[in-house]
Amino acid sequence: MASEKVHSHDHSHWSDMELKVKTLESLLVEKGYVDPAALDVIVETYEKKIGPRNGAAVVAKAWSDPDYLDRLRDNATEAIAELGFSGRQGEHMQVVENTPAVHNMVVCTLCSCYPWSVLGLPPVWYKSAPYRSRAVSEPRSVLKEFGVDLPDGVRISVWDSTAEMRYLVIPQRPDGTDGWNEEQLADLVTRDSMIGTGLAVSPEEVST
Amino acid sequence: MNGLHDMGGMQCYGPVVPEENEPVFHADWEKRALAMTVGMGFTGQWNIDISRHARESLPPDFYLTKSYYQIWLAGLQKLMLERGMVTPEEITTGKAEVPGIAVKQVVSAPSMPAALAAGGPVEREANSTSEYAIGDKVRTANLNPLGHTRLPSYARDKTGVIVLVHGFHVFPDTNSRGEGEDPQWLYSVAFDSQELFGPHAESGNMIMVDCWESYLERA
Repeated sequence: MASEKVHSHDHSHWSDMELKVKTLESLLVEKGYVDPAALDVIVETYEKKIGPRNGAAVVAKAWSDPDYLDRLRDNATEAIAELGFSGRQGEHMQVVENTPAVHNMVVCTLCSCYPWSVLGLPPVWYKSAPYRSRAVSEPRSVLKEFGVDLPDGVRISVWDSTAEMRYLVIPQRPDGTDGWNEEQLADLVTRDSMIGTGLAVSPEEVST
Repeated sequence: MNGLHDMGGMQCYGPVVPEENEPVFHADWEKRALAMTVGMGFTGQWNIDISRHARESLPPDFYLTKSYYQIWLAGLQKLMLERGMVTPEEITTGKAEVPGIAVKQVVSAPSMPAALAAGGPVEREANSTSEYAIGDKVRTANLNPLGHTRLPSYARDKTGVIVLVHGFHVFPDTNSRGEGEDPQWLYSVAFDSQELFGPHAESGNMIMVDCWESYLERA
């Protein structure tokens, strides 16, 4: 359902859009270009099945299993496919790892390229002009707007997705998680931490 | 094309405003706009680079003020109109006046999960060895083509270092014009933030841009 109060676009013509889109869909169906049931499958896939929990499973495994991390570094597309995540907008994956010295952050300045297979569809802010324009020129300020205040010595590496390579940030594993299993660890991995506009959640934040 | 879509480094758009607990879609029509765009892509009448160019070459005031899925929808209509797949009257009425054109495929519901899972890989078998290796210093060309390109304006005529060699990938500049895939070596090139944005920019950051070999020369 539309959540018009919390969304920043002008929604005054939204009912017009419902009509316009219904009209177009019935035309495309009548012309024989699309099967409406197949369109339902596309919606279902990206609304319910594919989302940031996929990426969180990849990160949790990377934190837990050094051999898996090696495979991710060597060929992320294949390593991610081991967990069953592949396909559209995830055909060519690259992981980038945060360390105490380097923080990675992903953007697409030219359009909205985003690793659908592991994160689902991008949020509105990722596709917005403010993020696309400033992530490359003033990433530290942008991170502050997300509540991430990096120490001065940390270098920021920004990856502009200008090709079909799709980047997944492996955030740093939070302290105090020794002995945690992959399922527990995955709960600490937020969508934003895998775009690089957030950090993984600490155990204290989960328990409160 | 030097257009509004090429946003890197612009300073006029204000703060980033994330939405708390954002839903995947904000209205039902957005779901259908996404599904129609993806679904029509399977008909094989254009490729991803052609569709990106259809969106970025929409009128600038439209591109800047409409929502994401309104832009997708406008791009889709433009692609279909250009190919005679629909007429403007048909878009208004929703009723077909002439039969549809023959398309390469219509993916059925049972086949759709596999089609989505297959995606559209763009890596091709290399027919040359890569010109550059990790650590090589390169300079980007000062390209300003009228059509589609994936070299952002902020990264033109700049010096950087190769940090990744990705493989041999379809070249969007030609593929978007229907001039063939012309696959080339693709690299991540790292630029210092002040090389790109001047001495007053935030210092110490690196910006990586994926660049095809023909965007580069040795520095």
